[in-house]
Amino acid sequence: MSPMLYLAQRGTAVILAVAVAVHLGTILYAVRGGLTAGEILGRTQGNGAFLAFYGIFVVAAAIHAPIGLRSILREWTPWRGRSLDGAMLAVSALLAVLGLRAALAVYLA
Amino acid sequence: MNAPFPAPSPTESTVDAAPGAMLTVRIRRDGGFQAFTVARRPAQTVLDVVTEIQREQDPTLAYRFACRVGMCGSCAMMVNGRPRWTCRTRVAAVAEGDGLTLEPLRNLPVVKDLAVDMEPFFAKWTAAHGAFEPGAVPADDFAVVAPESPERRAVDAGIECINCGVCYAACDVVAWNPDYLGPAALNRAWTLVNDVRDRGQDARLAAVSGDAGCQSCHTHMSCTEHCPKALAPTFAIAGLKRATARAALKRFGAQAFRGPSGRRPS
Repeated sequence: MSPMLYLAQRGTAVILAVAVAVHLGTILYAVRGGLTAGEILGRTQGNGAFLAFYGIFVVAAAIHAPIGLRSILREWTPWRGRSLDGAMLAVSALLAVLGLRAALAVYLA
Repeated sequence: MNAPFPAPSPTESTVDAAPGAMLTVRIRRDGGFQAFTVARRPAQTVLDVVTEIQREQDPTLAYRFACRVGMCGSCAMMVNGRPRWTCRTRVAAVAEGDGLTLEPLRNLPVVKDLAVDMEPFFAKWTAAHGAFEPGAVPADDFAVVAPESPERRAVDAGIECINCGVCYAACDVVAWNPDYLGPAALNRAWTLVNDVRDRGQDARLAAVSGDAGCQSCHTHMSCTEHCPKALAPTFAIAGLKRATARAALKRFGAQAFRGPSGRRPS
């Protein structure tokens, strides 16, 4: 892992620590408050703060997860080199696209 | 201040066995284990046991030692699954019942029986730029290094390493990633990073970065737990992570500001 990947992973870990806590808190609030799907979508629709928060969350996860996955694969399998780095870039892109698509869908719903 | 020899933990008994008691020693040889029986003696060390077996029972048993007093670091081996200096390990402190299991140091190729080839260990020490780099031109004067300066204190914390290989054998990351430089080489690099006279810092920081370098450390702290000199390579590696990160950010900033050619954008 290069120093820049190391910094990227540690930096996004800080963001994720906050984002996951807020995300879980939101889930608890929604479930315990007995909100319906319609009521939840009513709060998220057109909400810029919601979109910004989940946009940052998704981008941080898309950077953080593939770096860790790359380390695990290097230690537990013989997979090395450019093919591994390329695959991890693909995982990152997949996480970013799926996550941002979901956040945007709830924002626009 | 680092204590040179940590005292046995409270769970380790140092009471010698009764006179006439015998010890069963299992030694890994030729892909299996061979058992020997040795008399228990007062203040007996594990190295005493191995020496007695070689001199009295099987002269073909291979092992390595030199000073016998914890100065050279050449007698390290796995004792009941843990890497230890055998000269500084009393049988009474580590025997499980009346048994002892001895194996060559982990993570290193075996030459024969309990003797390992230390070449990969020292090759990584060299790869981590573990030698002092004085620069192309000799310094004009002696460097003044205050004993209380943070750099000197950081050097003091790791300088007593004698390269016994115990931390290297204890490290799980070395077991998973054979390219990983290991705690001893990185600890040595950290002492030189803090040497204000050294002129090879950029190359050293580059050498200890990457998939074989300090960023691969999982901070399990096995090296710090097992070091017979009570050093803390984990903290040296943490220092290298900070130093390499700062250097990378500086490089990144310089490139973003001046462009990849090093020239300021017009």
